Amino acid sequence: MQLTLEFGGGLELLCDSVKVHNVKVDMPKGAEKLIMKDLLGWVRTNLIKERPEMFMKGDTVRPGVLVLVNDCDWELSGQLDTTLEEKDVVVFISTLHGG
Amino acid sequence: MEPNGHDEASRILHELQSLKATKSDIDRRISALESQLRHLNLQNGTVPNPITAAHHDLTPEMIHRYSRHLLLPSFGVKAQSNLINSSILVVGAGGLGSPALLYLAACGAGRLGIVDHDVVELNNMHRQVIHTEVFIGQPKVKSAATTCRSINSSVQIVEHHEALRTSNALEIFNQYDVIVDATDNAPSRYMISDCCVLLGKPLVSGAALGLEGQLTVYNYNGGPCYRCLFPTPPPTAACQRCADSGVLGVVPGIIGCLQALEAIKIASAVGEPLSGRMLLFDALAARIRIVKIRGRSPQCEACGENATFTQQQFREFDYEKFTQSPLTPSPLKLELLQSDSRISSKEYHDRVANGEAHVLVDVRPAHHFKIVSLPKSLNIPLPSLEARLPEISSALKEEEERNGSSSAKLYVICRRGNDSQRAVQNLHKLGFTSARDIVGGLESWAHDVDSNFPTY
Repeated sequence: MQLTLEFGGGLELLCDSVKVHNVKVDMPKGAEKLIMKDLLGWVRTNLIKERPEMFMKGDTVRPGVLVLVNDCDWELSGQLDTTLEEKDVVVFISTLHGG
Repeated sequence: MEPNGHDEASRILHELQSLKATKSDIDRRISALESQLRHLNLQNGTVPNPITAAHHDLTPEMIHRYSRHLLLPSFGVKAQSNLINSSILVVGAGGLGSPALLYLAACGAGRLGIVDHDVVELNNMHRQVIHTEVFIGQPKVKSAATTCRSINSSVQIVEHHEALRTSNALEIFNQYDVIVDATDNAPSRYMISDCCVLLGKPLVSGAALGLEGQLTVYNYNGGPCYRCLFPTPPPTAACQRCADSGVLGVVPGIIGCLQALEAIKIASAVGEPLSGRMLLFDALAARIRIVKIRGRSPQCEACGENATFTQQQFREFDYEKFTQSPLTPSPLKLELLQSDSRISSKEYHDRVANGEAHVLVDVRPAHHFKIVSLPKSLNIPLPSLEARLPEISSALKEEEERNGSSSAKLYVICRRGNDSQRAVQNLHKLGFTSARDIVGGLESWAHDVDSNFPTY
């Protein structure tokens, strides 16, 4: 499945400072769909190059990270159970505090 | 130049300086008196012209001043009147607060409050555009208020020269209709949001760091609060500061302007405030993305259905403990090493002057090293220290040969003296047991040894 993954708010530093990743993610063996839970694991294994604890805590993203699927908060689409479709855009953004 | 010419020039400079100071003092007094007069006239009802039959309370001067607002069909007299009768509080007169305050003063918000406890510094000036050089070293509140008054003397500017705390937040927020969060740290953001929830005030929240900005409106018309979005505080390592990570001045400028816009929309009751949505600004990619965020969370501890958070609990809540970070961020001061593994910058200076054989490793990131560094220091950024140990060994050997000494010393320096301690801890474990760090880093060098050494 072709997906666009974007990292912002400093999270890009965890993946070689590259913000936009056009990736191909396979569905888990035997599964009929790809959900966000699968994608998080894939990202952690394939894209996160350092300090994984700055990206994930337990099986979800760490506090302070917003996840947007097609410009929409994943809380509105089922969080970890959100089903992904071909060409979806998933954004991971760390909340900023500076001013 | 001849000595006489030099004296004459410094005399003129001196006179210029004193005249300018007098002039700005007179300007301040004029604008204060004008503002006082306007308020008196308004109270006595002498200003509204009896021959005009307007259905609003805008004075002739207001009509002239805000004419371009009044000409907007979607804004007009109604919205401007709402604005003039509104009060807006800006918490923080820094990178976000500066542009926000400039526009809020200019647009004619009736009362404009400013909270800040900090003073103006030279390294603020590139982004905190409300302050001018003459105010360096003076309170930001005073500086910002002076600029606001000089832009629009008809706005009542209220100076809250204090740090926002749970002990004063309720009392201050109570006096305003709209709150603008222009602060720079996580505990303040939670505290401000909670306070707005308790008092039912809409909150315009902006943030900027590096080359990115974020903006949203909380607690507006049934929309989410900060805690709905971020029920658990982020780890402290995820809370970067402009003073450490840098920020392009215009980025908070843009977010601050957008905060002013949202505050104006709410105060004047026009348009659709950015509630339930978040604006993400990426300056490098020249991209603004507006995303839909969750609504009010029924489980939210501050504003949820079963929330029991009271004003009394707010007063007693420890936001620094909750977020594990201080309300007034000051540089970290670690104490990781025994004193015999450290030396002062003065002592290091004396040793260099005495020709001691040594190697100085600077563990700052390479882009910091490019700003300024001590002569002959070897830049090995902390994360690559372990991999580059052979470079240290050969530098020490070279120094011993050059100096004809049997053991060259190893010193480590960084910006403020934290990373240098981490580096020395590592070096001790890796066999360089005599490595010592320079207490307070390059900042102490600039402070105690060479006052011409640049700080950043």
